Amino acid sequence: MEPVKVNILVIGRHEEILETVLRIINKSENWIAQGTLTDEKAMALFDEQKFDIVLLCGGIQEECEAVLRTAFTQKDPEIIIIQHYGGGSGLLSNEIIHALSQRTARQNSNS
Amino acid sequence: MERKDFIRKGLMGTGMFVASASVGSVIKNDIDELKELDLIGFNHLPATESKVKANTVLHKAETRGHANHGWLDSHHSFSFANYYNPDRMHFGVLRVLNDDRVEGGKGFGRHPHDNMEIISIPLEGDLEHQDSMDNVAVIKHGDIQAMSAGTGIFHSEYNKNADQDAKFLQIWLFPKTKNVTPRYDQLTLNVEDRHNNLQQILSPNPDDAGVWINQDAWFHMGKFDQDFATEYKLKNPANGVYAFVLKGDITIEDNALNQRDGLGIWDTNSITIKANSQDAEVLLMEVPMSV
Repeated sequence: MEPVKVNILVIGRHEEILETVLRIINKSENWIAQGTLTDEKAMALFDEQKFDIVLLCGGIQEECEAVLRTAFTQKDPEIIIIQHYGGGSGLLSNEIIHALSQRTARQNSNS
Repeated sequence: MERKDFIRKGLMGTGMFVASASVGSVIKNDIDELKELDLIGFNHLPATESKVKANTVLHKAETRGHANHGWLDSHHSFSFANYYNPDRMHFGVLRVLNDDRVEGGKGFGRHPHDNMEIISIPLEGDLEHQDSMDNVAVIKHGDIQAMSAGTGIFHSEYNKNADQDAKFLQIWLFPKTKNVTPRYDQLTLNVEDRHNNLQQILSPNPDDAGVWINQDAWFHMGKFDQDFATEYKLKNPANGVYAFVLKGDITIEDNALNQRDGLGIWDTNSITIKANSQDAEVLLMEVPMSV
C-alpha cells in the first residue's frame, strides 16, 4: 500500500513561479500539489478535497489573503497555511518540512 | 559610485556586459535540476568554554550545512534546500547566508524568486547576471548586488570565467513589505574605504551609502590590521547584528571567531570588534529581529 502523500494547495499570482513551485513539490515522492492563480478556484478546490497545507506564494493582496485564511480555517481548523518566500527551490522544502514538524509537535502535545 | 553608469552601460551592451541575446537561451532551471541530496541533519558541535550569552548565538564555520553538487559547493549558515535544522532557520529577518563556490563556466540557470531581498557579494572571480527586467551585468570582488524580488522575477547567475572558480555570498532577507515591484541594483565599492573602517555597503535608504533594499537593514564590511579595534553602533537598538568573518581571526564581544564563523547579537546598542590577525575581514549585517 502506498503511503499517503501530503496534499498541498498552492496559490499564487505569477504563472511561471506557480508552475515552478508545483513542479518542485511534485518531484517529492511524499508530497503532491495542485495550484491555482485565482482565489475562486482555490476555494473550490478546498471545498472538494482534503488538503494538509495551503502554500501562499507571492502577489496575493493582503485583503485576499485575509479572506482565504478565514475561509480555509473555518472549513478546516487544522489546516496549515504558510507563506512561501523566495519563489523557488531554496526555501520551499524547508518551509513544508518545518510546517509539518510543527504540526506533529502540536499533535503530540495535545495527545 | 557607479550605480547609474551600470544601468546605462547595461542597456547599451558595452564590453563589460554579456550579449543580451543569450538571455533567451537560458531556459533550463539548473537549481531545480540539482541532484537530490540526503537531508542534512543537525550538526552542532558541543559548546566548550563558551562565552556565548543569552543575547548571542554562535555558528562555528564547521557546524554549517554543506552541500556539494560538484559544480556548486555551498555552505549554509541557515537552513536551505536540503539542509534543514529547526534551530538554524533565521536570525531575525536574515534567512539565508550561503557561502558558495561555483565551478568555472557553471552556474544557476534561469530560475524565479519572489518576496525576498537577495544580496550577492562576490569574494573571488566574476559572476554573470541576467534577469527578466533586462538587466545584464557582471559582478566581481568589490561589487554588491541587491534584488528586491517582490511580485516575482527570473534570473540566472553564472561564473563568467571557464578556467577559475567564483566565490560569493548569497544573502536573503525577508522583505519589509511583501509584493513590491521588483528592483535590481548593483554598485562598485571602493574597497580601500574599508581598511580599518566599517564601510557601509547596504541600507534601507536610496540616498545613503551602498545599495538599498526593502528592509530596515544595514550592512558594513571591514578589513583590519592586526590588533585594530573598533566599535559598531547599531542604527536601531531594536535590531540585532549578525557578524560573519570572511577572513582571519576576529574577536567580537569577547567571542573569538575564525574564518567563516558567524555570531549573532541582539539586545545591545553597540558591539566591540578587534582583529586578531592581519587583514582580517568581517561582514556585519544589522537586521530587524522580528519577521
